[in-house]
Order: sequence, then structure tokens, then C-alpha cells
Amino acid sequence: MELSALVPFLAAAIVAGTPILFAAVGEVMAERSGILNLGVEGMMLVGAVMGFMITIVTGNHWTGIIAAMAGGGLMALIHAFITVTLKGNQVVSGLALTIFGTGVSGFLGKSYQGMPTADPFTPCVVPLLSDIPVLGPILFKQDVLVYISIILALGFWFLLYRTSWGLTIRSAGENPAAADAVGISVSRVRYLCTIIGGIMAGLGGAYLSLAYVPSWQENLTAGRGWIAVALVIFALWNPLRAIAGAYLFGGVEALAFRLQTAGIQISSFFLSMLPYLLTILVLVLVTVRLRQEAGAPLALGVPYDREER
Amino acid sequence: MMRFGKLGIMVLVLALMTALVVGCGTADQGDKDAAKDKAEEFKVGFIYIGAPGDAGWTYAHDQGRIYLEEKIPEVKTMTLEYVPEGGDAERSIEQLAQEGCKVIIANSFGYGDPILEVAKRYPDITFLHCSGLKTDTNVSTYFGRIYQARYLSGIVAGSMTKNNKIGYAAAYPIPEVVRGINAFTLGVRSVNPDATVKVVWALTWVDAAKEKAAAESLIDAKCDVLAQHADTPAVQQAAEEAGILSIGYNSDMSKFAPNANLTSPVWNWGPYYVRAIQAVMDGTWKSEEYWGGVEDGIVDLAPISDKVPANVKQLVADKKADIIDGKWDVFTGPVKDQSGAVKVPEAQKMTDAEMLSFEWFVEGVEGTIPK
Repeated sequence: MELSALVPFLAAAIVAGTPILFAAVGEVMAERSGILNLGVEGMMLVGAVMGFMITIVTGNHWTGIIAAMAGGGLMALIHAFITVTLKGNQVVSGLALTIFGTGVSGFLGKSYQGMPTADPFTPCVVPLLSDIPVLGPILFKQDVLVYISIILALGFWFLLYRTSWGLTIRSAGENPAAADAVGISVSRVRYLCTIIGGIMAGLGGAYLSLAYVPSWQENLTAGRGWIAVALVIFALWNPLRAIAGAYLFGGVEALAFRLQTAGIQISSFFLSMLPYLLTILVLVLVTVRLRQEAGAPLALGVPYDREER
Repeated sequence: MMRFGKLGIMVLVLALMTALVVGCGTADQGDKDAAKDKAEEFKVGFIYIGAPGDAGWTYAHDQGRIYLEEKIPEVKTMTLEYVPEGGDAERSIEQLAQEGCKVIIANSFGYGDPILEVAKRYPDITFLHCSGLKTDTNVSTYFGRIYQARYLSGIVAGSMTKNNKIGYAAAYPIPEVVRGINAFTLGVRSVNPDATVKVVWALTWVDAAKEKAAAESLIDAKCDVLAQHADTPAVQQAAEEAGILSIGYNSDMSKFAPNANLTSPVWNWGPYYVRAIQAVMDGTWKSEEYWGGVEDGIVDLAPISDKVPANVKQLVADKKADIIDGKWDVFTGPVKDQSGAVKVPEAQKMTDAEMLSFEWFVEGVEGTIPK
């Protein structure tokens, strides 16, 4: 591929990767605190539909963003209540929330299907930086949510690895009993991180309905929430690697169409299969690797019960 | 406290029972009223694969339902939305049959076998199955020659392109979609033999984000008019954002892309529904495999944008008149395939069977049909 074709391709990869990035970084936070959240897909859908509806009603996309965050956050609150307070099975709760989110978003958005967005996010050109050859059009002619997603990923990485709060969060996920012993409220940390995860998933959904597409269709996310969950493993629970991973996954999606327009003879069925093949490959590789060095938080998926120490 | 609790529960139970009795009484009354109406009204049930809000496929069918109610006042319609295809659909169809529907209309291919099953049990009910393959004494199939409208939209696209590059975001490589691409391309090249139509397979009917990405890849490949065979308006929105032109599908999509959209091949089921229901009411209905075209109004073009010059609009109107008069149809020879070989000789027409099993592209299409 020539350079002239590479620039729009990479720009498209970033756009396609952004909804996954939001959701994956949120999921990293939840899993780092020890809570596996398989409800990401449902939370993204609820975020997407809430953001879209409120934007239509108010005519302002920022109110939509707040609604999307609230929607995803509320779903995550349910997950936290079930898994932290009631110590329920995290897998079951997450799956149930995905199914619930799919249904409730379809129900809420029924009369909004196919409507044009009132106030979509449009690309904002960063002065000076966008004039840099190659990098400028790829990185600095995107909509503001793309920048926010990168800033949030960097911010959460800093929080996790460079602050004492990060240590607290990670200890809740690695060894909650020890964390408890030094006076950390494991429940509070897990609640907080799960809700952050839901808020981020809501943002990822809203990116689809307010910036990328931008309109509401039933099941708008079409499996991107699951890709985000897989991406967390791909990124070895690190928000920085999640950035790279999200753009890689987005790139595969964008590549599938660009190879077709370039007239390269690869079956489009094969190309549309690639992101999922990549997910499986990464799962295999990471699982093999994890036997030697721990990557996953040790207490991931295990409810913490002080009585059972 | 305990006593009060028991008393409270007793009061509650009493209240509930009263409500039940009163409630049932009202329901009985309602049933009687309904029975009285039944004598006069003619119930028609609709089974939808989606919801009317999709702005596409089911929306078009629902417009037909509304048209039917307007034209024949005795008709009362009821709808079931989001009915999954396959065996489970039998329950929904049966439900409509038991509700007293005299005609049941189902709008997706996958309802075929369940319809035939229910139809056997209810010989007095007439069933209309959109895009279906199998008929029975009380089951008709119906579909429209949307390819004719696609050809007409191709004339518009071919006249308006400046780069001579037109993009086409397509759902799945099945004969229906291939036929549409071919008809569109023939339309394009009838006015602009230098133009080509670049096809990208999105491999989805309803993933708006993927359709948008497919559209953007076509825009990056310098296409300046986009057409679509997909159910969401995402392609139109991509064209609008990029400041290029577009052709919609299913229903008039100009509201999603007021500047980009030139026209849309549209479904117009209303007149067919009115004809079929009227025939059932008159007792003249017979089972058939209906495949109507622009002559019946079942397929058409949405109003053409003012951006399109009057002579192009006239050309479209002339071609449409030729099809309506039966003088000419889209796949009349000579039609060449991508290699330039003549597939349909001069002055010959493709048969319906050939058109229904299209698996090659005509000359001018850039792309392949994945096997």
C-alpha cells in the first residue's frame, strides 16, 4: 500500500479502535480490582442508546455523553452490588447484564432507530499539529472523543502504576486479604473500579452512536464489547498496551474494506473473520505465557469474603 | 402489631379479589364488544422481522400496512415485531391465526416453513410470504423487481459522477444483491460507459458502524457517488460527511443526507397489499408467485434531488416508461460479464430463473463475488 493510502487507513483504524479502547480501559480497571465484568457489551449498548436519546432531547452532545456515562455506570453498579455485596458469581452476573442491556437498549431506543443525530461529534482539527506530514492527518484531525480516550487511557495507566491509589486497586485484585489487613476497604475499591469500568463502557457505546456512525440501531455495538473484554487479556491488563491493541483491532476492521477497494483478491469472508481469529490467537498465546509469569490479577473473579480468610 | 399485620394482609387479599372480579367483569364486557366488531372488520396480521423504526425494510412494509388501512376501511391490522426467523416463528403466526386474522403477511425469507405448517392447520386463512420460495393453495409468495429501480438510480449516479468512480456497499454475496449491483451498473454505463462501480462487501445487514467503515473505504478509493444494499442509513451519512453524493435504498433516505442523497430505489408494498386483500375479500384470490415491477408500482424511485439536471430526470422517466410498457427490461442483451464475454446475446432477455440465481458480475463492476 502506498503512503497516500496508508494515511486514511491509519486514521480509520484509530476511529474503529476508539469505542473498543474506551471499553477495554474501563475493563482493565475493573479486572485490576478483581472484578471480571462480562457485561461490557450490554453496558456499551445502554450507553449508546442513552447518549443518543438525550442528545436528541437536549440537542447537545455533551449532555448525551453524561447520560451515556450514567447509563453504563448504573449497569455496573448492579454488577458491583451482585458480585461485591452479595458475592454472586461474576460470570453469571456479567452475562445476564449483557443480555439485559441488549434488551433494554432495544426497548428504549425503539422509536429512535435510524434517526439522524441532533448534534454529532465532528472532527476537530488541532491547529499546527495537524500540519505535520503523515502524523498530522492521522492523529490530529479526529473528533474530540478520540483525544479523550487516549488521555483517559494514559491517565488510568498513571493512576494504576504511579500512584498509591493504583497500588491499592491492584492489591485488591491480587491479594484482597492482605489489602484488607492493611486497612484497605476491598469492597469500596471494587465498587469504584467496577463503576468506572461501566462508565467507560458507556462512553465507548456513545462514541458509536454520537461520533462514529452516528445514529442508533438495535444492537449497534455488534460484538465490540466482547472484543474489548478479549483486548484486556491481549493488553495483559495494562491500559497502555490497550491503546496499541485497540488500534490493531480497529486496523484489521478497516483493512478488510481497504483490501477490497484495492482489488486484492482475498475473500471478504476471510477478512471479516480476522479480528476474531486474532482474539483467539492472543488468548492462546497469553494463556500459554501466563503459565510462566503472572499477568492476570490473582484474585480476578474471586469474591472476597473476610470470614473465609 | 402481629394482629394488625394479619388484618392488613386480609384487607389486601380482599382488595385484590375485588379488583380481580371487577377486572374480569370489564374484560368480559370488552370481549363482547370485540365480538360485535368482528362481524364488520376484516383482520390482517403482519409478522415483522424488525420494527418500523428501522427506516428500511420493515419501515417500508409498515408504510404498506398503513396504506392498506387507509384504502380499505374495513381492514384492521395487527403487527408482531422482531419475530425471529425459523421454527419459533410458528408460535407467532399461530397467535395471529387464533386472534382471528383472515390474512397473515410475513415479511422475511426465513418464515417459509413455519408459514406452510400453520397454513395446513388453517386452510381458511390466506398467507402472503415476502421473498419466499414455496407456495400452497392458501400461501402466496410476493416480491418486487427492485433491480428495475436500481437501474434507474444507476442512470442518476452515472450522470452525476465526476471521477467516473462509483462505490457500492453491499451486504452479502447472494443472487438478490448481485442482481442489484448488476442492474445498477448497467444503468450507470448506459449513460457513462467510462464509469466503474466498485463493490465492497460489508457482510452484514444491520451493523451501522461496519457499513460506515465500508463507505469510508470507498470514499478513500476516490469514489464520488456511493450506493448501498444494506438496511441502515450509515452509507448516506458517510457520504454527507465527506461532501460527496449518494443513492439510498429501501425508503427515501434523503432525510439522513439532505445534501448527498440523490434518490433511493424504494419499496412500495401498499398497492400490492390492497390488491391482494381486496381479492381475498371478494373471494377471487388465487395462490401465486408474484414478482412485480415498476409497472405495478411495487418498486419505484424516491423523488430525485434538484441537483440532478432535468435532462437526466427525463431520461429516467423515459426508461421507466419503457419498462412499464413492457418494451424493454434491464437484463436485455447484449450483456457482458467482467471478462467482456457476452452472457446475454443481442435482443434476448434473461429469464426470471436466471435472474434469481445470478452469480456473476456484469462488465464495469470492480470487485469479486466471494465463494
